[in-house]
Amino acid sequence: MSIAIMKKSGPFSHGLNSVQKTMFTVLLALLPATLFNLYLFGWPAIMLFTVTVGACLVIEAGCLSLAGKPVMATLADCSALLTGWLLAMSLPPWAPWWIGVLGAIFAIAMAKHSFGGIGQNVFNPAMVGRTVLLISFPVAMTTWIVPHPLFSAGAPGFFDALAITFGGHMPDAVSSASALGHIKTELSRHIPVTQSMADVPGLMDMMLGYRAGSMGETSAILILAGGLFLMAKRVISWHIPLSVMGGLFLIATIFHLVDPARFASGTFHLVSGATFLGAFFIATDYVTSPVSKTGQLIFGIGCGVLIWLIRTFAGYPEGVAFAVLLMNSLTPIIDQYTRPRAFGRNRKGEPLPLEKKP
Amino acid sequence: MWIAIGSLTVMGIILGALLGLAAKFLAVKENPLEEELKELLPGSQCGQCGYVGCSQYAAALAKGEAAVTLCPPGGKATIEALAKKLGVTADTSDHEEKLPEHAFIVEDLCIGCTRCIRECSTDAIMGANKLMHTIIVDACHGCSKCVPVCPTDAIVMVPVKVTLRNWHWPKPEIENTHSKPEVGHAH
Amino acid sequence: MKLFPILGGIHPEYRKELTSEKAIVVMPMPAALYIPLQQHIGAPAEVLVAAGEMVKKGQMIARNQGTVSASQHAPTSGRIRTVSEVTAPHPSGLPQTTIILEPDGKDEWAELPEPIADPFAVDAHTINERVSQSGIVGMGGAAFPSAIKLNLGDQKKLDTLLLNGAECEPYLTCDDRVMREYPDEIIDGARIMAHALGTPRIVIGIEQNKPQAIESMTKAASAFSNIEVVGVPVQYPMGSERHLVQAITGLETPARKLTADLGIVVHNVSTARAVHHAVRFGRPLVARVVTVSGGAIREPNNVLVPIGASVSDLVEFCGGFAERPESVVNGGPMMGSPLPSLEVPVVKGTSGILALTAEEINDRPTENCIRCGSCVTVCPCGLSPLDMAAFIRKDKLEGAAKLGVMDCFSCGSCSYVCPSHIPLVHYFNYAKGVLNDLERERNKNDRIKTLAEVRTIRIEKATEAKRATLAARKPASDTTQPGNSGEAKAAIEEKANV
Repeated sequence: MSIAIMKKSGPFSHGLNSVQKTMFTVLLALLPATLFNLYLFGWPAIMLFTVTVGACLVIEAGCLSLAGKPVMATLADCSALLTGWLLAMSLPPWAPWWIGVLGAIFAIAMAKHSFGGIGQNVFNPAMVGRTVLLISFPVAMTTWIVPHPLFSAGAPGFFDALAITFGGHMPDAVSSASALGHIKTELSRHIPVTQSMADVPGLMDMMLGYRAGSMGETSAILILAGGLFLMAKRVISWHIPLSVMGGLFLIATIFHLVDPARFASGTFHLVSGATFLGAFFIATDYVTSPVSKTGQLIFGIGCGVLIWLIRTFAGYPEGVAFAVLLMNSLTPIIDQYTRPRAFGRNRKGEPLPLEKKP
Repeated sequence: MWIAIGSLTVMGIILGALLGLAAKFLAVKENPLEEELKELLPGSQCGQCGYVGCSQYAAALAKGEAAVTLCPPGGKATIEALAKKLGVTADTSDHEEKLPEHAFIVEDLCIGCTRCIRECSTDAIMGANKLMHTIIVDACHGCSKCVPVCPTDAIVMVPVKVTLRNWHWPKPEIENTHSKPEVGHAH
Repeated sequence: MKLFPILGGIHPEYRKELTSEKAIVVMPMPAALYIPLQQHIGAPAEVLVAAGEMVKKGQMIARNQGTVSASQHAPTSGRIRTVSEVTAPHPSGLPQTTIILEPDGKDEWAELPEPIADPFAVDAHTINERVSQSGIVGMGGAAFPSAIKLNLGDQKKLDTLLLNGAECEPYLTCDDRVMREYPDEIIDGARIMAHALGTPRIVIGIEQNKPQAIESMTKAASAFSNIEVVGVPVQYPMGSERHLVQAITGLETPARKLTADLGIVVHNVSTARAVHHAVRFGRPLVARVVTVSGGAIREPNNVLVPIGASVSDLVEFCGGFAERPESVVNGGPMMGSPLPSLEVPVVKGTSGILALTAEEINDRPTENCIRCGSCVTVCPCGLSPLDMAAFIRKDKLEGAAKLGVMDCFSCGSCSYVCPSHIPLVHYFNYAKGVLNDLERERNKNDRIKTLAEVRTIRIEKATEAKRATLAARKPASDTTQPGNSGEAKAAIEEKANV
């Protein structure tokens, strides 16, 4: 009986994981928070979400066919879907449709495919998309809305939503500042943090999500649950999330203790803004974060500290996107210097000395 | 204004002079590149590179006139060593990797004239006058200088046999779902 | 005993239940046996028999050439059909010189060397001679001539003989069954080996997924105070020599050194059993237990196979294929190699023959590397597979060498976990092969250069001598006289040809 001659060497066994499975698990982890927030912000958010994700898929397909690569097979690995999803979650929920489309172009075509496609990009595509949008269209990107839950009184109906998302017709008197934005603005008016904190929603509300912000900022508790689910499924390890949150919390607490009037507390920083989303879903992106565990810890701490620095001293109230992008640029060099030690060799690569037996 | 012009001119002259002195006294001694390149070549003066001998090829390489891929008996190891020394990238993808060859004497045709023995640059032929000649394969590196001198055309070049000792896995031929198929290089 | 963690590693699907409860069955002698001259690391053995000769069981039919070599013995009595080239059980499909023996059905033993009555009274040299004479090689798969490893007591200070009963590969259960069914033979062999090595301590490492083996070996070892049986954690590749040593002692063998440099020599449990047979009964290595398993085999089993039996006969004995296998693997699924056909012999290092279905292999099309870092996490050698593979893909093998690809022992953990199904181990096998080739070529070029230089010097000397002779002869003889000049010429040419 003849058998197929294998042109491949071993091993002849493989684990059950695959790229598609991993992406799927991440999407599953994001689902609760996404659904809740779509409910919170109503039809315009649903439309924007659909437009953004759809645009990402279309642009991905376009870039792939331009590059002569197989389109359906590559789309099936869900990486463009995930990028679009994360990008949509970082946008203001009632932003006009062209924000979503432009963001998709920046994220997929510019930050991913111009570098060579999946696995080759240096910067997190969703964050590049968001950052370029923020810098180019600061007003549209900072128009935050108080939650108008779906089907509640005052929430825009389907056709009103069409007007908002596609017609650019933003109803008056609905915009609101996010908590971080409010603190910063008040500080610039010389009103200390201790006072402006009274205006922001309480800790519980911030955790649950009944506040203004992007979809990824609200409902911190659902994001946290999703992140813990990912860790349980071993898709991500604890290193990056813990070091991002730990780094941020520590430096914020230290400075808050030094001057509470100027600096917000550590817990505030943790629950406001996109901290949880950034720690569990954005900074942990495989392609743009270091591969070794030590490297990941350095990366995470760097992100945490930068987030605090940018939120406190820089011109923008939210710092996750910038912090992640800055640390992404350091990933290759972190990788180079945190390579694991080879068995039987020291860190320099020389064989270990033979231990003299007594 | 004059002070400014004057002081800058003086500074320029002084610094320029310093640079000139440095160029003369602190110059990095160039190693004799040609000698080092010659060391990397097999040294059998077979002429397959198109130059008369290994020294001439080395001279041409040092001047940058010759490609590093011209020496068949040296094999890939020599190409890479030359490329490294000259600091160029050896484009071995186009390099027609001629399978390493060695000479083989067809015993039916050999008349024992010893002409090939005298020609062999590495003494890889065993034999004596009127006795059968044979190739010592370990010492033969395929320069093929012996082939034209044999009066009965008894010498042929044959590829070095692949045995269990020198076989290795070929490069994986990957059909990547995300890119055009990558073809492995025959090795 | 305190155990230490090892780096990385994976926990694959073991599927040992297919054969772990199957007692060893003896395969009936097939119609022909194919005994290769080389079933070990080192020089092939030198054939001693010719076509048509009658041989008895255990008779030496090929002698080891030098120390790093092993002898071959007739697995049964019969007639030598021929000595010819037969396909080797090697993925290249290349042939090797093989002795083909036709059993006569009588299975008569030849006159064997005298059993060594008291192995603990004789010196190490005697025992090593016997082990070498019996053609014993490492039976865990490496097939390194065991006598050399037993000789290490001369050169290094040794304190522990570590018996490797880990058997960390999925599917394989041959060592497990041998430990359950013949524990006393293993212990006896181990004690003899420890005596030859001069090690006061014997430790037997068995993975904890083999509780019955641990129990039976502990019972057999209970009579001897210097033997300790240790259950090691179930973690692939615990069976790797260096990692087993680290698990048991916490010591990391320095790169390029042997475990013997740490005072520990590792041998497989079946090798110990073979030593017991050789020393106590004078019987050479002529058969071994092979696990035949995999989803495509009708009756998976642990079979005592005579060396040289064809894999096709062995598969037939196990009921043949229930379905067409995707691949037939020699050894375990992680480090085993694919067989080019079934018409290859079982040799001393064959621990398993696996007929695997496509579902078991779970191969998917390769995708781009997503830099997830799983391979770095699982590599037991502390290397960076994704970086090395990236270099190799672009033919920058020196870059891969700098990252330590030559340290890789192809355990397969990285390929196993890669979500993009990148054939990492295949890349490394290719790179190691090419780098070894380049090393060989460099050495050859150095030798060639020396030969060429020596020749040039010799020719110059000869030309000098010729000039000197001509200068001396000129006034003495008239060079126009044909006879004289002919003689002179011949004399000179003779000198030049020396």
